[in-house]
Amino acid sequence: MGVGDPAGMASAHNTASGMGGMRTAGDLVARMQMSRGMKIKEAKEYVANKLKVSVSDLADPVVMNEMRDDLDIGMVSTSLFPGSAKGIEAKLRIAELLDIEINCVNKFRDKIGRALRA
Amino acid sequence: MGKTYTRMGDGSVIELSESELKRDLEEGTRDAAERGRIPPLCEDELSYLFDIYSIPYRFVSVDRGNEVVLTYDAATLKIRRVGVLTHRIQSLQIYEKLLGADTLEFDHVDYSFKPVKPIIAYEQTELEQALLVTTIPMFYGAMPNLGSYTQPDGPCLNPMELLPMGKITEARAAQEEMVEHAVKDMVNVASAMYESGADGINFDTTGAAGDTDFLATLRAVEILRKKYPQMCIEVGMAGEFILGMHGELTYDGVRVAGLYPHKQVELVEKAGATIYGPAINTNTDESCPWNIARAATFTKACVENSHIPVHADMGMGVGGIPVVDQPPVDAVSRASKAMVEIARLDGL
Repeated sequence: MGVGDPAGMASAHNTASGMGGMRTAGDLVARMQMSRGMKIKEAKEYVANKLKVSVSDLADPVVMNEMRDDLDIGMVSTSLFPGSAKGIEAKLRIAELLDIEINCVNKFRDKIGRALRA
Repeated sequence: MGKTYTRMGDGSVIELSESELKRDLEEGTRDAAERGRIPPLCEDELSYLFDIYSIPYRFVSVDRGNEVVLTYDAATLKIRRVGVLTHRIQSLQIYEKLLGADTLEFDHVDYSFKPVKPIIAYEQTELEQALLVTTIPMFYGAMPNLGSYTQPDGPCLNPMELLPMGKITEARAAQEEMVEHAVKDMVNVASAMYESGADGINFDTTGAAGDTDFLATLRAVEILRKKYPQMCIEVGMAGEFILGMHGELTYDGVRVAGLYPHKQVELVEKAGATIYGPAINTNTDESCPWNIARAATFTKACVENSHIPVHADMGMGVGGIPVVDQPPVDAVSRASKAMVEIARLDGL
């Protein structure tokens, strides 16, 4: 993206062509591009296969909100779902779901491991 | 068809007739094809762009299923820039929870690698806290900004002062020294932020100081890729053309000055980057349709020549977006749709 006020830039691009982030599966598709260097088609197919949904469902906030709730992988309206995974907890579950390494999750696991060993 | 309402590259409103719109699209793609020595858009693609600009709606979008991943440069700064007084972690949460962001970018207000070095511990600890409370992937972003290495702000002689004096050799030597300093700083800062848990590093506005800037970034990427095989590295450009401020610098035997995006991406890929962001300059003297046809032509050639995901830079002044700080959504949404669907982007 680039320079511009958030309403004219981030919001406009998101509505025009964005996947939707945590409202949908945008963050999951992004993770496949970032961790495996996948192009958009391959990244979407990988995530759709893992979630067992169609590729077109990945950017649908209704389908994906239910999916994220079921899988407990972090949601937008966290206050409506007490006990749901948030932040690093959600990322731990996403790493397992997508079968990828997440840098901060590995570091968190290392910290927990060290604490348990102490 | 009546007149089409659109804008110039400076954002001012204009009206184009059917023939004027067609002419601007054809001339835009021809300009890119001639400069980049790449194929122009075909008739079907020009016709698709014509339809996008003929639609009277204020806002348009990609077809269902064509959505792409969004990455951001200086994301936390965009909240501060509009005077909303939030902590950086809150800014990230605004992007994650309110703006539908697919990724986040943590950054410092100076947004250059060099000034971050002395305060790196503060950056690391704040990033570590941010990573605990956010879910979506997070980059650490900064600019190579080779200009910050010249006197009086930096240690090197200023090539822009040496060149007018005819001291070409000295100017080149100073630029080569700048590259060495910048590579060291970029590797140090990127390593520290990755060690603190960042998912990736975004080298934003690469090439702003010309070929030295681009070469330094490629070298830093190469070192980081060897050091951290899993690190996501995004290289976003400052402009469409690498300026030859030095003129003779090469990477892997290729002279970097004068490269257009479809050739830049080859070197970025070779250095080991994960994502590449081409930036096609907006011409304020031409219409948005002219600029979009031109940007899509350059970017399409780049995507076709790339094995890594391409996220086009589409902020103010690049990617067919007018040069205004509050980009109008009619222009942004048309540019967004056109670039994603014509150039077949992986993200923006």
